[in-house]
Amino acid sequence: MTDYWSMLFVFVLATFIGLGVIRRVSRLLYTPLMSLTNAISAIAVVGSLVVAGADYPKTIRILGAIALFASMTNIISGFLITDRMLKMFKKK
Amino acid sequence: MIHAIEQFAAIAATVLFIFALYWMNDPKTARRGVYAGVAGMAVAIAATWIQPEIIHHAWILLAIAAGFAVGVPLSRVPLTAVPQRTALSHAFGGLAAGLVGTAEYYLWLHEGPEQFTIFRMSALVVEIILGFLTFTGSLMAAGKLQEVRWIPQRPVTYLGQNFVNLGVLAAAVVLGVLLVLYPTAAWAGRAFPLIIALALLFGILLIIPIGGADMPTVISILNSYAGLAAVAMGFVLDSKLLVTAGALDGSSGLILSIIMCRAMNRSFTNVLFGAFGSVKKVKAGGEQKEWKQESVEGAAQLLEQASQVVVIPGYGMAVAQAQHKVRELYDQLTKRGVTVRFAIHPVAGRMPGHMNVLLAEADIPYPALVEMDEINPEMPQCDVALVIGANDVVNPAARTVTDSPIYGMPIIEADKAKTVLAIKRSKNPGFAGIDNELYVQDNTWMLFGDAKSVIGELVKQFAGSGFH
Repeated sequence: MTDYWSMLFVFVLATFIGLGVIRRVSRLLYTPLMSLTNAISAIAVVGSLVVAGADYPKTIRILGAIALFASMTNIISGFLITDRMLKMFKKK
Repeated sequence: MIHAIEQFAAIAATVLFIFALYWMNDPKTARRGVYAGVAGMAVAIAATWIQPEIIHHAWILLAIAAGFAVGVPLSRVPLTAVPQRTALSHAFGGLAAGLVGTAEYYLWLHEGPEQFTIFRMSALVVEIILGFLTFTGSLMAAGKLQEVRWIPQRPVTYLGQNFVNLGVLAAAVVLGVLLVLYPTAAWAGRAFPLIIALALLFGILLIIPIGGADMPTVISILNSYAGLAAVAMGFVLDSKLLVTAGALDGSSGLILSIIMCRAMNRSFTNVLFGAFGSVKKVKAGGEQKEWKQESVEGAAQLLEQASQVVVIPGYGMAVAQAQHKVRELYDQLTKRGVTVRFAIHPVAGRMPGHMNVLLAEADIPYPALVEMDEINPEMPQCDVALVIGANDVVNPAARTVTDSPIYGMPIIEADKAKTVLAIKRSKNPGFAGIDNELYVQDNTWMLFGDAKSVIGELVKQFAGSGFH
């Protein structure tokens, strides 16, 4: 059975790490930050991957495939547009 | 063994994601952050894909190909459309979480009801409510930003709106609690879609009363929701990687929301339930002051004789796509020894950091972009404050008019500059529908017209004859 307490523990620690790291992010970069965190949270892709690809009933897998498509779109467009924006920030 | 690989990959991906965000602390290292993020994602996907329970590879390849087909064009939108794209990606994130939650519920309902512990079921209900409300809410926000015709741009309010909205949410939560308690009851399979429907409806209702000036805050809040939906999904699927990555996204959205709220001197509840834009105009009492209009030639002369110029861009610059012309003006002025800086208000534009990206696109070096708190003490030494399509963020009513809806909001103190030049598209008040004292000040000169063409004219003055 799942150890829920350790999951909550991870959640709390990760939130504090997130707050600590994000607070230091350059104010210039809030727009790319948002597209980057968006791409990262599309890690939901690993959940969709299992639902779409395992030996489940077809309707379940259809839902999984749509979710996989949505996550994949976020990963691709998120990372690409973040890099595109960051390239533009020049010191001189 | 293969399971250990998955666990190890999850740890590696977590480390890479944290570094990705850490490197965003400086524009110099930020691109490294993207590579770290991509590497983390690739590791996590590969390690999941090789698991033996995954057998339908064609489906996966198809979905990934579709993701590329839509994702690549979405990453190439013009930078003025980045707020819409961001809202759309929050919608996709919410949708993915909602759909996976739905799939897991029906899977377990038919094949493994012993999986429905109270904890997991609670997480599942949170996942689908947050996921689906983020989905429709973000779609609505994207629609408003894109100015889709059948979505009203102006905030729509009606009597009892908050009552209706909270009623819909409360109904979804009550059904959710019942489902947590009786996950396999005879009615459960039918109650579940009802919760989804209520969450979808709530997402729409939540965004209807929101106006453009509130978009930076709302996008940040939706960002946070999308992250939390991923966290809930991690609890359901027992994945620490998902919990961590979702928490990073959620805390990022939270910090941005707090910064945006502070920059407007408002609370979360006030943004979501306050219907900012519907506030009546400040009463037009007292004598009506007149605008003073300036010619392009006169404005160019003022700028040339200045030694300190502060440009204050707003959403109007984005709408007019004027950033490249602004860059030309910047070049002309710096060439003549004028110090030009850009004062960026945290909520200028339609999402956090919007102005910075537009100006960076136009090749303006980022050391010239200065934050509000940094520039304000220096405003009295500024010879010319050039306001380009900004309105509420320079409105002195925020300091002086106690019954103004923006009272208390920190502003860029353009009014303290020796001279103010304001470029404005029309003589109407700004998005919040509030009159702006700045425009009728004694030392303010107005330039009416589209920001791009007005600045183009200014540049022509400099590039052409007469000025040296």
